[in-house]
Amino acid sequence: MIGVHVIALISAVITLTVIIELSRRRQIPEKYAVIWLVVAAVIAVFAIFPSLFNAMAHAVGVKNPPDLLLVTASLFLLVICVRFSFEIGRLEDKTRILAEEVALLRKDLDDLAAED
Amino acid sequence: MTPRPAVNGRSVLVVVPALNEATSVAGVIAAILYSVPDADVLVVDDGSKDDTAIVARAAGAQVVRNPFNLGVGGAMRVGFRLALAKGYDTLVQVDADGQHDPADVATLVGALDDSDDPQVVIGARFAGAGNFEVPKARRLAMRILARRLSRITGTELTDVTSGFRAHNRAAIVLFADCYPADYLADTVESLVILADAGGRVQQVPVTMRAREAGAPSQSTLRAAEYLARVTLFLGLSAFRRRSSERTSEGASS
Repeated sequence: MIGVHVIALISAVITLTVIIELSRRRQIPEKYAVIWLVVAAVIAVFAIFPSLFNAMAHAVGVKNPPDLLLVTASLFLLVICVRFSFEIGRLEDKTRILAEEVALLRKDLDDLAAED
Repeated sequence: MTPRPAVNGRSVLVVVPALNEATSVAGVIAAILYSVPDADVLVVDDGSKDDTAIVARAAGAQVVRNPFNLGVGGAMRVGFRLALAKGYDTLVQVDADGQHDPADVATLVGALDDSDDPQVVIGARFAGAGNFEVPKARRLAMRILARRLSRITGTELTDVTSGFRAHNRAAIVLFADCYPADYLADTVESLVILADAGGRVQQVPVTMRAREAGAPSQSTLRAAEYLARVTLFLGLSAFRRRSSERTSEGASS
């Protein structure tokens, strides 16, 4: 039997390794790497010291500690998703503007070539 | 392409956004040049997979090719920026599928007056001339949109999604900076932007012809989707910040 804490710890370690490796290869921007490193670190701490998490749950008045885990995890993922939607929107805008510029520049080039 | 007087002493750039319209675009260009011989025609090839650009060039149009599909709004943004850079007095948008009658281009341009405020003249399909059939759901959505836009612009409008429009110089300047690129927003939100900038919208009845090519997007499911989008758009537009801040980066050559 492997306990839930061991699974959490293993997941955290895997996440840490993958993120560190990705940022070492410059495959992930630092600002996103930081988010996931912090998440993995927090999970690792709670996996090693479950009593810490339980104490925290009781401190904020949650009777069943896993409930707190579920709620915080969901909220965190929601915030991240909204954040990404926002960033994708900005990227789309920028790509579109670039595409328009390319179209106009190509037209200028065609016109210049036609003049010669 | 040099601006020269074409209608009532004004230079005219006719912008034709085209996506895979190789079969119809030549006829449209010929018809435009026949009815307004001194206009320049600019086909914005919005990522076509067929010979639209080649056919358009052969038919006597200037061609700009978008590197990938940007939608009608994105194609029009390119048209506005080019019209601004080259110094055209008016820009007329005409669809490439042949449903707009180019004989009406002069009518639309003629409806622009000499004021320096931004002006748009819409060639409207439901304004009496000709017959035009659309499914009920779509028609309802269009009517709701039209009523709301009439209130915002202070003009009685019946066909706000029509892509048959004439813009004066001030409107070209305005839209070169901030023409909306999203679906629906290009035709509808542009009118809101114009109204906010103190501009004027007019509507002129035009005849619509059967499309020369291309499938009309009018199934019931599509119409329902359209209604949902219109509702969402109207809901959002009530809260939306009125500004060009989101898309005003970068200037044209």
